[in-house]
Amino acid sequence: MKPVLDKHRVAAVRRPEMGFKEQIYLVEVWKGLAITSRHFFVNLYRHVQKALGRAGLAGAVTTQYPEDGQVTKHRSRTRHRLLKREDGTPRCVACMLCETVCPAKCIYIKAEESPDVMIEKRAKSFSIDLGLCVFCGYCVEACPEDAIRMDSQYIQFPGSTRKDLIWDMPELMGDKPKAPSMETPKDPLSPGAE
Amino acid sequence: MICCELSPRFWTDSVWSGFKILLALGFGMNVAALMSWVERKQSAVIQDRIGANRADILGFRFLGLFHILSDAIKMLTKEDFEPPAGIRPWHALAPIVSMACAALCLAALPFGDVIEFAGRTWSLVPIQLDYSVLYVLALLSIGVHGVVMAGWSSGSNYALLGGLRGAAQMISYEVAMLAILAGPLFLYGTLDLAQASRWQAHMIGGVLPAWGIFLQPLAFILFMTAGAAETKRAPFDLPEGEAEIVGYFVEYSGMKFGMFLTTDFLESIVLAGMATALFLGGWHVPGLSHLGLPQAVFALVGVAAFTTKLLAVLWLLMQIRWTLPRFRFDQLLDLGWKNVLPLALANLLVTAWAVTLLS
Repeated sequence: MKPVLDKHRVAAVRRPEMGFKEQIYLVEVWKGLAITSRHFFVNLYRHVQKALGRAGLAGAVTTQYPEDGQVTKHRSRTRHRLLKREDGTPRCVACMLCETVCPAKCIYIKAEESPDVMIEKRAKSFSIDLGLCVFCGYCVEACPEDAIRMDSQYIQFPGSTRKDLIWDMPELMGDKPKAPSMETPKDPLSPGAE
Repeated sequence: MICCELSPRFWTDSVWSGFKILLALGFGMNVAALMSWVERKQSAVIQDRIGANRADILGFRFLGLFHILSDAIKMLTKEDFEPPAGIRPWHALAPIVSMACAALCLAALPFGDVIEFAGRTWSLVPIQLDYSVLYVLALLSIGVHGVVMAGWSSGSNYALLGGLRGAAQMISYEVAMLAILAGPLFLYGTLDLAQASRWQAHMIGGVLPAWGIFLQPLAFILFMTAGAAETKRAPFDLPEGEAEIVGYFVEYSGMKFGMFLTTDFLESIVLAGMATALFLGGWHVPGLSHLGLPQAVFALVGVAAFTTKLLAVLWLLMQIRWTLPRFRFDQLLDLGWKNVLPLALANLLVTAWAVTLLS
């Protein structure tokens, strides 16, 4: 029902009144059953077609992970990557813009003096806590040096502790594979934990 | 010795009945287990999903059927929690009462007519009673005790309220159920489910089978409504309310909880069996009697027909369950007392007039 504006530009949307047809309920039950039954039989037919090896539409919209590859769109923003210059040194000049703009405050940079006289600073350490990251991409936009980008499709970075989700600079640059720590998560309720 | 005074007929009848009862129980329990799979898969297919399919044995998944097995193992090996404030023997007894009442109903379902063999007729009904409708209704109402017992003995106010809610719902719809069934039973002139099925064998005008669903359409719709409400299924699952409402079995875990779950499925099977026997012509297949089949084959086809119809009604119940949203409690009682019961009484009145005028 399209709301009609009166002269004060106010629209009163009335709740549709139930007629006799709705009140006896059976017609509506029948309509609902028709919808669910249509879905049931159409999907069942498609499942059977697929089981017989015939082409056709899939009977379900489910994507089975991890068997069926892609679960993200190709433009999705996932894990960060730090880029290098042509000589292999990190592009990052430790300007702290990404750390400043980060809404989740998950980027930690320590700066030091660069040995190159043309470059003022460089990052001594650069780590990102992916457990806190919201994957907004602001760090990529803020970077004046094109030193940080975000990968697409890279969504598997599990960890057994929160510490495992913090990636340091060599890991973000791809120099070192992210190795999961073997330590078992501490039970926060056990007497030993702080 | 007393056994010598009983005729050999008594002993063969007892053995035959016991055999049939075991078959009916096996059928009921297996279908109840399958229902948990059907529940998952049917809802998945309706909602464009795949449904549970991860349980496998040696890599074989077989459409997720092994989830039944894994569920059973899970329930049997889970901690059997007893609430500290509960009342122990009654807490353990409640699921047994619930499930026993539902399972006993299975024995009254008329799976088939009679087989002539070795010079006498052998009935295919597990226990032959002249009042099997009353038997089923009585057992279903004793089943309410399981619900109330569970609520009371859990020592939890939530469970108690849930039990009271369940009892109010089941008793309300039991009254309606009797009034609904009075119409068709008046028409058939019997309280025996098998006799009622037999009555529906003839054809009206040679084309339409004289099934209850055609002669008593209103009673059929009301019966399905009241039946779903009484077995706590479909849009009337307030006593359980899975995730949203705290029900009477909140303090149950493991296989005791599983027994309540099985009770629901068993009651659905009983309901579907009653609907088949009273409204869908029982074991009859229209036109089959003209084929001149041997009597034993005819009876066995009848058993298959009854089972098929029963499963079709179960499918319908499941489809309704995944179509309609849940009723509110006041809406539920309104529907029962103010709509279903008066309509059932009106139906009885009209049926009584029609039967009296036409006979």
